[in-house]
Amino acid sequence: MSELQYKVIVGLEIHVQLCTKSKMFCGCALEFGAEPNSRVCPVCLGMPGVLPVMNKKAYEYAVLTALALDCRIPMFTKWDRKSYYYPDLPKNYQISQYDLPLGADGFVEIPLESGGIKKIGIIRAHLEEDAGKNLHTASNYSQVDLNRTGTPLLEIVTEPDMNSGAEVRALAVELQRMVRFLGVSEADMQKGHMRFEPNINLAITKDGKEYRTPIVEIKNLNSFRALERSVSYEEQRQLDKFLDTGIVIEMGNKTTRGWDDEREATVLQREKEEAHDYRYFPEPDLVPVELTEEWLDDIRSRLCELPLKRQVRYVHEYQLSDYDAGVLTADRSISEFFEEAVKAGAEPKRICNLLTQTGLKIAKEKNCGINDMGIKPESLARLAEMIEAGQISASSSVPVFEAMVQTGKEPDVLAQELNLIQKSDAGELERIVDKVLAENPQAIEDVTSGGKKSKKAKGFLLGQVMQETKGQANPKVASEILAKKLG
Amino acid sequence: MENLSAKELRDKIVAGQASSLDATKAVFERIRKFEPTIGAYISTFEEMALEVAADVDRRVAAGEPVGQLAGVPIAIKDNMCTTFGATTCASKILENFHAPYNATAVEKLLAADAVIIGKANLDEFAMGSSTENSGLKQTVNPWDTSRVPGGSSGGPAAAVSGRLCFAALGSDTGGSIRQPASFCGVVGLKPTYGRVSRYGLVAYGSSLDQIGPITQNVADTALMMNVIAGHDPADSTSIDETTAPVRDYLEKLDEPIEKLRIAIVPEFAAGADEQVQKALSEAIDLYMKLGAEITEIDMPHLDYAIAAYYIIATAEASSNLARYDGVHYGHRTENPADYVEVYSKSRAEAFGEEVKRRIMLGTYALSSGYYDAYYLKALKVRNLIRGNFTDAFEKCDCIMMPVAPTTAFKIGEKVDDPLQMYLSDIYTIAVNLAGVPGISIPCGFDEKNLPIGLQILAPTFAEDKLLRIARMFEKETGWHKKKPLLENE
Repeated sequence: MSELQYKVIVGLEIHVQLCTKSKMFCGCALEFGAEPNSRVCPVCLGMPGVLPVMNKKAYEYAVLTALALDCRIPMFTKWDRKSYYYPDLPKNYQISQYDLPLGADGFVEIPLESGGIKKIGIIRAHLEEDAGKNLHTASNYSQVDLNRTGTPLLEIVTEPDMNSGAEVRALAVELQRMVRFLGVSEADMQKGHMRFEPNINLAITKDGKEYRTPIVEIKNLNSFRALERSVSYEEQRQLDKFLDTGIVIEMGNKTTRGWDDEREATVLQREKEEAHDYRYFPEPDLVPVELTEEWLDDIRSRLCELPLKRQVRYVHEYQLSDYDAGVLTADRSISEFFEEAVKAGAEPKRICNLLTQTGLKIAKEKNCGINDMGIKPESLARLAEMIEAGQISASSSVPVFEAMVQTGKEPDVLAQELNLIQKSDAGELERIVDKVLAENPQAIEDVTSGGKKSKKAKGFLLGQVMQETKGQANPKVASEILAKKLG
Repeated sequence: MENLSAKELRDKIVAGQASSLDATKAVFERIRKFEPTIGAYISTFEEMALEVAADVDRRVAAGEPVGQLAGVPIAIKDNMCTTFGATTCASKILENFHAPYNATAVEKLLAADAVIIGKANLDEFAMGSSTENSGLKQTVNPWDTSRVPGGSSGGPAAAVSGRLCFAALGSDTGGSIRQPASFCGVVGLKPTYGRVSRYGLVAYGSSLDQIGPITQNVADTALMMNVIAGHDPADSTSIDETTAPVRDYLEKLDEPIEKLRIAIVPEFAAGADEQVQKALSEAIDLYMKLGAEITEIDMPHLDYAIAAYYIIATAEASSNLARYDGVHYGHRTENPADYVEVYSKSRAEAFGEEVKRRIMLGTYALSSGYYDAYYLKALKVRNLIRGNFTDAFEKCDCIMMPVAPTTAFKIGEKVDDPLQMYLSDIYTIAVNLAGVPGISIPCGFDEKNLPIGLQILAPTFAEDKLLRIARMFEKETGWHKKKPLLENE
C-alpha cells in the first residue's frame, strides 16, 4: 500500500472597497444601488482630455490599513497604468500601483479553531480604482453601469500561508473586522465591499516523493461561505485529479476557476493562464506620492488596538468567554462603548451581557450603532450596578434599557417610574411570605411531604410571593425567607 | 481692423474705440473669403461668436468690467474640449464627439471674455508635423498654398498667419506649436510643462503635452499667457503657484534683459538648411549688437532626443488612445460579431495611418520583455537631456537654435517617409523632454519668401524672461509685421 500525505496551500488576494465619500480620482459620490450611470462624471467616464486627481483620504485609509497589517510603508510610491480592454473599463487601463506598492512585507494574525493564533504573511497592499459593471440583461447586447468605476480598492496579497478552508475563512473574517475597526471600509459582503481570489494547490507526499499540483485561482468570491467551501472543494478535487492523472505544477498550467454557488463546486473558466501583458508603465497624469514623517505620524495616530488583540485581552483581563469577547470586538464602537462603561465602574461580565443580549438587539431594531442609541456608557454602567446590587432584577433590566433608549432618562429614575425596584426589605417580605403561607396550607403540606411534589410546591410559593409584590421582590431574599419559614 | 494685433484690438475695445462685433464680423468675412483656400478650421461658431462680441460691446458701453481678452476673436486647436461644437482631434473616431465639459484653458478664455470663433485643424490627435495627418481636412500654408502649414497645430498657425483670427491656442508635444508658428511666420510659445492646465486637452503624450498661444507678436503671447497660465486643481501635474508664481507677462515685456547671456549649440544647428542657419546667425548678430554675450555650448544628448521621444510619446499615446474603442462614445463599427470586434473594427476603421503607427510603436515599447530596453532606457535618456539643459542654463539665460531644419515643405513631400517627417522636429523635441519653455519668433525669410523661425529656450518657469528676450529682437525687426498676401487680397 502506498503512503500518501497532503497539505493544501492557499494564498489570498483580497479587494477591500474603502468607504471614502468620493471616488479614487474624481469627486463622484460612492453610492451603492443608485440608478445606473447616475454617479459618474467626465473623469470616471474616461472622456477625452480628463485627468485624475488623487483622493488623499483614500490614500490615508490604505496606508492606515497597511500599518495595521504591519507592512513596511515606503515614503515614495507612484501610480501605474495597467492596460487591458474590457467594456466596463472606460479608459481601457486601470490606475493601480505596480512595482512600488504603498505597503509591503507585513503580516496578520488569525485565530485558529484549535484556540491558537497563526501569523499569515502579507506580501503587499496597494491602491487601485475599480471597474464598472457589465449588465447582461438582454440577449443580443449588453449594458455597462459605470457607477462603480473609480471606486477606491485596496488590494491585499497574502503569502501562501494558509492550509485549510477554515484558515482562509478566519483570515477573511479577521480582515473584515480589522478594516471595520479602522473605519476604512464598511466591509459589507452583500454590497461587494470585500472580494476574494484564493490561489490553491496541494503539496503531496507519496511514497516518499513530493509533488505539487497545478495552482488554481478562483475568481471573484464575495462571501465567507463560498470562500471556505471553494477551498475545501478544490482540496478534494485536486487530490482526486492528481491521483487520477499525476499532473503536477509546471510553467503555464495555472488555471482559473469560478465558484458555482448552486452546485457548490468550482468550474473551469480558463484552461491555461493566458499570457496577460498588462503593459504597466508609470501614470504620467499623476505625481508620485511622497509621504512626509508628519503625514505618516498623523496616519499612524489613527491606529488602535486591533480586534484580535483586544478580544484576547478581554478574555484575560475581564474573564469574558472567547465568544462574548468576539462579539464585543466585532465592531469598534461596541468595544469602545464597553470599555467606557467598564471604566465607569461596571462589572465587565454584567455590562457585556447588557450589551450583547439587549443592546445589540435594540440597536438592530433601531438600525443604528451602539453609539447612536442615545445613551451614555456611564448610564449603562449605572444600570449594571443596579442589577449587581440587587436593586432591580436582570429581567427588569430589559424594559429599563429600552426606556433609557426611548427617553434618555437615567436608569434609577426609570426603575422608579416603571416600579421595577426590587423589594429586598426582609421585614416587609417576611410579612408577605407569612400571608402567602397562611393562604396556602396545601402547598406547605406538599413541601413537608418531600419528593417531587415538594420542589414544585416551593416554586409555587415563591411565585405567589412574586405575584403579591408585583414582581418586585428580590427573588434571592424571598426564597431565603421562605426556606427559613418552611424549616 | 483685421490688421490689429490681439492686444491692440483689446485695448481699443476696452477704450470704446473699436467694437468687438465689428472685429468679429470682419474675421468671419475673411473666413468666408479665404478659408476655402486655407482650410484652417474644422468648425466655426459665427452665431455664438457674434452674440459674445455684442455682449462685450454692451458691457463696455455700460461701463461694466470686462476681461483681459475682451472681445478678441480667438481660435482654438480642435483637441481641446468644448461644450460647444464637436471636439474631433481631426479624427474620424471623434468626428461627432461632443464633450460634456470645457477644457480649463477654454474656460479661462471664456472668463476673460474672449470670443471663441472656431476650432482649428491639426494632425490627427496632434500626431504629425504638417497637419497632413488630419483625418478631416487639409490645411495649407498662407505664404504658399502648395506647402504645409507645419504641424500639428497647423490650423491655428495658418489661421493666425492668414488673419482668420486674432490669436489662437495650440498644443505642443514635440514642437507642435513652435514648428507651425515658424512655418507660418507667427509667434508660438510652448510654456513650461505644468504652467498651463492640461485638463480638457485631449492627451497624446501626457508627460510632454502643453497648451500654448500662437499669436501675431510677442505681446499677444504675453497677454494670452496672462489668461491661461496658472495652477489647476484638476491637473495634478500643473504647478502650484507657491512653487512658481504666475507673473504678469506684459508688465516688463518691453524692458530688455541686461547683460543677456545667450548660448548656441553650433554642432547641433549645423544640421539645418543653409538659409535657416544664415537667419539664425543674423539674429545672433543682432542680439550681440544689443549687448548680448554669446557662448558656444555642447549638448551631447540632444542627438538621442528623437529616439527617446518616439518611444515615450508613443508609449503614452498607445495608452491614452486606448479609450477610443467604440464602446462608450465616438465611431463604432456596424454589426460587430462580438465585443472584441467592436474594438478592433471601430479602431481599424476610424484611426488614420500615423495614429495606428504610433499606437503600435508604443504598444510594442511597453510590452513585456521590451519595457527595459525601450521605455526605461528612453526615460534615462530623457533624464540626461534634462541634465544637459540644467547644465546649460547655469552658463546662460537662454539657448538659441533653429525651430526646424527647413522652411515649410511641399504638401505630400514627406508623407510617404515618416522617418524624414519625424526628423523635422529635431530642434523642438528635446524641449518637451526637458519640460522647459521655448518660443518661436519670426526671424527672416528664405529665398522662396517662406518664413523662418528663431527658437529661444529658457529655464523652467522663466516665461517672463523668455518673452522679454524675444521682445528685444522683435522690437528691432519687422519680420513679425510681414503678412502673407492671400489670393484675391
